Amino acid sequence: MGLGRNPQDLPSALINTPVPTFQLPPIKGQKKGFSNLDLLGQVTLVNVFGSWCEACRLEHDLLMNISKKKLVPIFGIDWQEPNPMAGPAWLKRHGNPYTLVGNDPKSRGAIAFGVTKAPESFLIDKTGVIRFKRTGRITEALWNETVWPIVQELKMQ
Amino acid sequence: MIVEIGHFALVMALCISAIQATLPLLGANTNNRAWMALGSPAALLQLLLLAIAFAALTHAFVTSDFSVITVTNNSHTLKPMLYKVSGVWGNHEGSMLMWVLILAIYGAAVAIWGNNLRPTLKARVLGIQGLLGFGFLLFIIFTSNPFGRLIPAPINGQDLNPLLQDPGLAFHPPLLYLGYVGFSTTFSFAVAALLEGRVDPAWARWVRPWTLAAWGFLTGGIALGSWWAYYELGWGGWWFWDPVENASFMPWLAGTALLHSAIVLEKRDSLKSWTIFLAIIAFALSMLGTFLVRSGVITSVHAFASDPTRGVFILGLLVVSVGSAFALFAWRGPVLRGSGVFRPISREGGLLMNNFLLSVAAASVLLGTLYPLFLDVLDLGKVSVGAPYFNSVFVPLMTPMILIMGIGPLLNWKRGDAIIALQKLKIAAAIASIGAVTIWFVIDKATVLAAFGIGLALWLLISTLTELANRIQLFRIPFFDTWRRIRHQPRSSWGMTLAHAGLALAIAGMTASSAWRVEAIQTMKPGDSVIISGFNFTLRNVQNIKGPNYLASRGVFDVRRKQSFNITLEAEKRIYAVSRQPTTEAGIYSTFLGDLYAVIGDPDANGGFITRLYFNPLVSWMWVGTFLMVLGAGISLSDRRHRVGASAERKVPGSVTA
Amino acid sequence: MKFSSLALFFIFVAVSTTTFPPATYAVDPSEILDNPILEKRARHISKDLRCLVCQNQSIDDSDANLARDLRILVRERLIMGDTDHQVIDYVVSRYGDFVLLRPPVKAITALLWLGPLIFALIGVFGLIRYFRRQTVAAKNEDEI
Repeated sequence: MGLGRNPQDLPSALINTPVPTFQLPPIKGQKKGFSNLDLLGQVTLVNVFGSWCEACRLEHDLLMNISKKKLVPIFGIDWQEPNPMAGPAWLKRHGNPYTLVGNDPKSRGAIAFGVTKAPESFLIDKTGVIRFKRTGRITEALWNETVWPIVQELKMQ
Repeated sequence: MIVEIGHFALVMALCISAIQATLPLLGANTNNRAWMALGSPAALLQLLLLAIAFAALTHAFVTSDFSVITVTNNSHTLKPMLYKVSGVWGNHEGSMLMWVLILAIYGAAVAIWGNNLRPTLKARVLGIQGLLGFGFLLFIIFTSNPFGRLIPAPINGQDLNPLLQDPGLAFHPPLLYLGYVGFSTTFSFAVAALLEGRVDPAWARWVRPWTLAAWGFLTGGIALGSWWAYYELGWGGWWFWDPVENASFMPWLAGTALLHSAIVLEKRDSLKSWTIFLAIIAFALSMLGTFLVRSGVITSVHAFASDPTRGVFILGLLVVSVGSAFALFAWRGPVLRGSGVFRPISREGGLLMNNFLLSVAAASVLLGTLYPLFLDVLDLGKVSVGAPYFNSVFVPLMTPMILIMGIGPLLNWKRGDAIIALQKLKIAAAIASIGAVTIWFVIDKATVLAAFGIGLALWLLISTLTELANRIQLFRIPFFDTWRRIRHQPRSSWGMTLAHAGLALAIAGMTASSAWRVEAIQTMKPGDSVIISGFNFTLRNVQNIKGPNYLASRGVFDVRRKQSFNITLEAEKRIYAVSRQPTTEAGIYSTFLGDLYAVIGDPDANGGFITRLYFNPLVSWMWVGTFLMVLGAGISLSDRRHRVGASAERKVPGSVTA
Repeated sequence: MKFSSLALFFIFVAVSTTTFPPATYAVDPSEILDNPILEKRARHISKDLRCLVCQNQSIDDSDANLARDLRILVRERLIMGDTDHQVIDYVVSRYGDFVLLRPPVKAITALLWLGPLIFALIGVFGLIRYFRRQTVAAKNEDEI
């Protein structure tokens, strides 16, 4: 039954709705942040992370892989960093899979996506509509079984 | 070695409980004296064995034996001794062991003090207690064994949450469990009576002390929990309708209804089905609470991080025990027809009405607590049911109940005269209305509901005192005669007066502290002053101090009011060394009319500190009120009539007083 | 009664990775709006919004980061001119009904809101039937 569920896992209220308007400044060391407009015209993966987030570190290798193979462009939201250098330093150390990274110390980006913890990831289709949400890190299995098939499907639309 | 002894004792207790669960019950059915008599020694032996097991676990904690998994998960060598001991029950396995220990304590208590019970009934009560013990011991041994070993043993345990390092934590769970689990005894009595096929005033008299004990402990446990929340949380809140709080409150509501229903059964041989039903429900709600806390299905600050398999086991126990009880209840329906007849307007009528309101309240709290779970399990979405819901449902139900509580005790049994009763309550009604209007006018015209709440509290208090005055014929007869009446009042009537008056005080405290709390949040530098409710708070200084395992900044406030009042409040913000977790210790000073409450926060860039200062009206009235309620239960318990003469099963003629 | 360092807290927390912040110092002086009417509205709205990273608190009570950010967001939208409803709808559109501490009145929560009323009605019916039976029994007694 549903007894094994985590009562805190929120389904997304935004599935099949357009990405809300938001604008995030760049992290230190980058010139450009990103906004909802950058998510139009192609299938994208939006990933919320933070240098403080353990599970993000575990997920990172998968993201680096996806970025190297250019499977789908990944946009990063660097969430709740108390220190503006923490995010850039983390990316420098572990690699940067993101096409663009937005700095989100005040949760404006996170709130736009209805995020409650990190990591969370979203698949956005070409018209800017949110089609999939994942709370928690994307595992290899999940990518292969669920996420990548959805990406391919969205690409064909 | 000691751990092994404890483990062995635990398994032995399971075997003994199996014996206790079967032979006395069979013996009662076949009138086998020897088997019936086995109940008492089995119960006592079970208590002894579980005490040994509990002592063994405590020893493991006290000696920091990290080869025991439970100790590793919940203890640390640097912990002060008191917290090593309270850590025994500060986790799932240990607290379940405490649960069955208390179950055994109640069983043994029935064995020792139940000598005036009919032998078949006593055997059956102990048998059911044994069955419950058996079920829970199975649960512990198979899913939550506290004696599991960890080889190789680690050098030290996992860090202990500093919020658990608290002397109050030592008292809250045991007290709460003495309440919760106490309703197992009333459950056993109810099922035993159903098995006997006899629910009569004698049974009600025998069951009353157990109900009083469980109810008293539960009231105390809940109040203690609220008190600590108030002192620790840093903004003066004391009730959050958190699912686990609700889990203790629902048995309390059912238990209150049970207490009063049993009175009607005892005096008037009526409300039989209802009383048995409540006895079953009260314990069912206790078990449900246990399930909710330990299964991981709800979101709560209290919840143990546990796994669903444990939840399923407890749910199974719940279904089996409560289900069989209800099946018995249905089968024995005919036996539960009472002989007492009464009019709607009568003492019984009033008690029945309040029973009904308490039950609807309990059902509503249950609905609100479980609703999110239902929707989630059925995949219908996620919804939150928080304080706003419970407040809007609970308060309207309690209002008529409090009104009736004032009139009820003044009505006669069987057929009461409402007009005469209301005439006696003219003064109470007058004081309540004038009081409410005055407060509304003087304090804050925006809070009509709060003024109404105070009015209700006044009504309850004055009508309770009026009833007492009426019974002793105060000012109506010579004082010497009144004094004689006072001396001859049965203790249980003092219990009622104290408990009802205590509730009135508590209601006043709850209303005032919720509605008229004054809060001031600002940044203060040393020397700055803020005035709240006529009190002048001056921040004298903020020092950095070092505690045994924490660093803190301590803010010292001077609080003055006019010339006469001058006190010092100390508030701290602590960071514990190992876990880096911050806690606040508020500075609190209680006056008759309210608490002064100060919290020191983080410093800002300019040498100032964030401070939160509160005046919380009538807070101590809540604690005094609930204390009076517990005291009332205790005094009622000490009534000699519970012990002497209870063995005679004569029908008690309708009497006027409680 | 004067209490200082030895204050008391009761919680059962499994000593695991899940520690949670106590609901202590929530609203910051720096968050407080200059306009007291708007601030009052902000506090009122905040009390009805659930802190999503806490166990069972409103964003007004919690000192979690996300709670603070949501409090600031609520105030910003009030300054921008939103009504209370609009602010709440804004948050609900992103987080769903779960974020409301007072469950919305919808088809799915109909049973929740009507439940107490239904219980009360069942009880009242039961009481009426009970007293009717009693009156009949009493009449029979009198007749005999």
